[in-house]
Amino acid sequence: MVSFSPRLGAAGMGVGAWLMSVPALADWQLNMPEGVTSLSQKAYDLHMLIFWICVVIGVVVFGVMFYSIYHHRKDKGAVAAQFHESTVLEFVWTLIPLLILVGMAIPATRTLVAMEDHADAELTIKATGYQWRWKYDYLDHDFSFFSTMSTPWEQINNAMEKGEDYLLEVDNHMVVPVDTKLRILTTAADVIHSWWVPDLGWKRDAIPGFINENWTLIEEPGIYRGQCAELCGRGHGFMPIVVEAVSQENYRAWVANMKAAQMAGNPTATVATR
Amino acid sequence: MSTDTAVHGDHDHHDHTPSPYSLTRWLFTTNHKDIGTLYLLWSLAMFFIGGAMALVIRAELWQPGLQIVDPYFFNQMTTNHALVMIFGAVMPAWTGFANWMVPMMIGAPDMALPRLNNWSFWILPFAFAMLLSTLFMPGGGPAGGWTMYPPLMLQTGMAFPFVIFAIHFMGLSSIMGAINVIATILNMRAPGMTLMKMPLFVWTWLITAFLLIAVMPVLAGAVTMLLTDKYFGTSFFNAAGGGDPVMFQHIFWFFGHPEVYILILPAFGIISSIIPTFARKPLFGYSSMVYATASIAFLSFIVWAHHMFTVGMPLAGELFFMYSTMLIAVPTGVKVFNWVSTMWKGAMTFETPMLFALAFVILFTIGGFSGLMLAIAPADFQYHDTYFVVAHFHYVLVPGAVFAIMAGVYYWLPKWTGHMYDEKLGKLHFWLSVIGVNVLFFPQHFLGLAGMPRRIPDYALQFTEFNMISTVGAFVFGFSQLLFAYVVIKTMISGQQATDQVWEGAEGLEWTLSSPPPYHSFETAPDVK
Repeated sequence: MVSFSPRLGAAGMGVGAWLMSVPALADWQLNMPEGVTSLSQKAYDLHMLIFWICVVIGVVVFGVMFYSIYHHRKDKGAVAAQFHESTVLEFVWTLIPLLILVGMAIPATRTLVAMEDHADAELTIKATGYQWRWKYDYLDHDFSFFSTMSTPWEQINNAMEKGEDYLLEVDNHMVVPVDTKLRILTTAADVIHSWWVPDLGWKRDAIPGFINENWTLIEEPGIYRGQCAELCGRGHGFMPIVVEAVSQENYRAWVANMKAAQMAGNPTATVATR
Repeated sequence: MSTDTAVHGDHDHHDHTPSPYSLTRWLFTTNHKDIGTLYLLWSLAMFFIGGAMALVIRAELWQPGLQIVDPYFFNQMTTNHALVMIFGAVMPAWTGFANWMVPMMIGAPDMALPRLNNWSFWILPFAFAMLLSTLFMPGGGPAGGWTMYPPLMLQTGMAFPFVIFAIHFMGLSSIMGAINVIATILNMRAPGMTLMKMPLFVWTWLITAFLLIAVMPVLAGAVTMLLTDKYFGTSFFNAAGGGDPVMFQHIFWFFGHPEVYILILPAFGIISSIIPTFARKPLFGYSSMVYATASIAFLSFIVWAHHMFTVGMPLAGELFFMYSTMLIAVPTGVKVFNWVSTMWKGAMTFETPMLFALAFVILFTIGGFSGLMLAIAPADFQYHDTYFVVAHFHYVLVPGAVFAIMAGVYYWLPKWTGHMYDEKLGKLHFWLSVIGVNVLFFPQHFLGLAGMPRRIPDYALQFTEFNMISTVGAFVFGFSQLLFAYVVIKTMISGQQATDQVWEGAEGLEWTLSSPPPYHSFETAPDVK
């Protein structure tokens, strides 16, 4: 019935090729990242578990529905039955979802309890949201610095080609050591922001006048990027978060340099860590 | 007005239907059908205004970089798109349906409180004139999101008091509409129409009306506290003065969660009318449908904080709201199972209302699945405030509530106007809409999971492809709705004369009336067996 038009096909391929070529980072990512912490792995596992439960229920329910749409149609000569209730069925399809939910609630509860276990943190960093940048206070080392987006406005206004980490790059990274339980406190100085690095597995609001407590433990050294996740005004899309996890040695060297720079009156000096 | 000229025993309704070209008829009308028509046309107009704002958003998000609008104007668009769609398009559409259908479904001549009815509609144009005028004020319109979280919302400029006042007006209008629906349903049913014989649309609206009366005053309280925080030196939501910005969120979502069921429960009622008609088989599990609706309404009051899992609640609070939210899946599942069982062994045909109803069942269920995923608090820490949430609530609101509105319009339009709509164009509208809406919203799930926050005017490069696809879907879906407006207007003016029954399998009191029905629906109460 439908004849394949070569012209349409070529146009489709042309559009496809163009879609692939425009952006520098065409990765078509479909799913949540597994991340680099035990918490992000747990969040990912829960996400996949509930996702597959939904897929199975969907296949069953939509399967029955499409079977019915295909077979029980008037133009196929179907005659409508007149049944309209069944206590047994109603009971069964109330009970089964309830059991699935209980099965789901158990691992979710376990993960939530783990996430709220802030005990024994070895290092505390306070992240304060400002319109529109972050400030990191290293409470154990008595220094702090602002972290502001470093993507040039020429790129945003399309006057310059966009770089690889467009909108996800900052002047001063939040440098942290690997294999260390970090306590990350979030708060804000003006309006509500939200501190979120997907690879760490959670986001937490930064609320003026209140301090929220969170933890993370990164095992892999690397650079992990995130963004403010709570609408905070005109610059909401332009206050990224960059966490740089380094070895404990490099971290100690970085702290020493930061303190020296702070002493020299240059509190926001960046220090090469590698 | 018109009621004065009604002559008892005269069933030729044309004699006392006033001219549609008289302005005063519409201004001063106390007739449930006139007011229903006003509400529905109003809703259609707002649907296009809110839709135009959505297209501004999607056009800006077509590719990375800022091309079309300033980020602050972008925020005004997201904020006003939501306010217009929720308070201007979907809620008035439901009140329009209630006005038209409740008296006809329960065998009443009109609504119980006709003057209140007139007032509740005519407040809306003033409310929205005020809200939309803020876009032209110095400093621009509200840009803090429709959720209006302080302290950000308090940074709004001159628009601020106008927005608050407009919301008070909208709330007032909704509350009056709800009072009218309750008074009508409880007092004006025909003899024999017991509560458990009422059509499900009447049931779902009765429950919706109680939700409205319960929560609209809560919203009014919340925005009034915002107003006094800004202008009268109070510190309800300011930690520096002893208040708490998170308290606003608790109050707002105590309103906000029942509000989302206000937007969807009448849809359940409409779908429960349409599927039995086109399956030619009685609704499966009528009483469990009623109980499921009531359970959903009850649960809606104890789940609000799942909108704010990331504010930093105590563990016990997070667990409670996670469990209670998961429970909603049970009565919602019952509804979906009942609809599918109604189709089972029916004799189905697929006219436009049925197509929209079937798409509703599937796509609303997909929105329900993502809702269940969002209920899992530890996973929500990843999903929260991303495009995954945007995809979720648009699935339940667009192919959910909006498709149900369209299904209902196609279903009852022949009754309302006396003309059959153009079935070919109706089906074309359906297929364009259902393809457009999925191309528009499905890729947003991927964007959210991959880490794109919501409410941003510009994004990192890895989000480009799915944003482009989404924008294409938005324009297809948006422009297809012009076809809907064309079909509706065409049917109002002309078309093949509809029978009283209209649909072969239709059952219920509204189908016993002529098409179009008499100006005063049932002057003599029908007998309900």
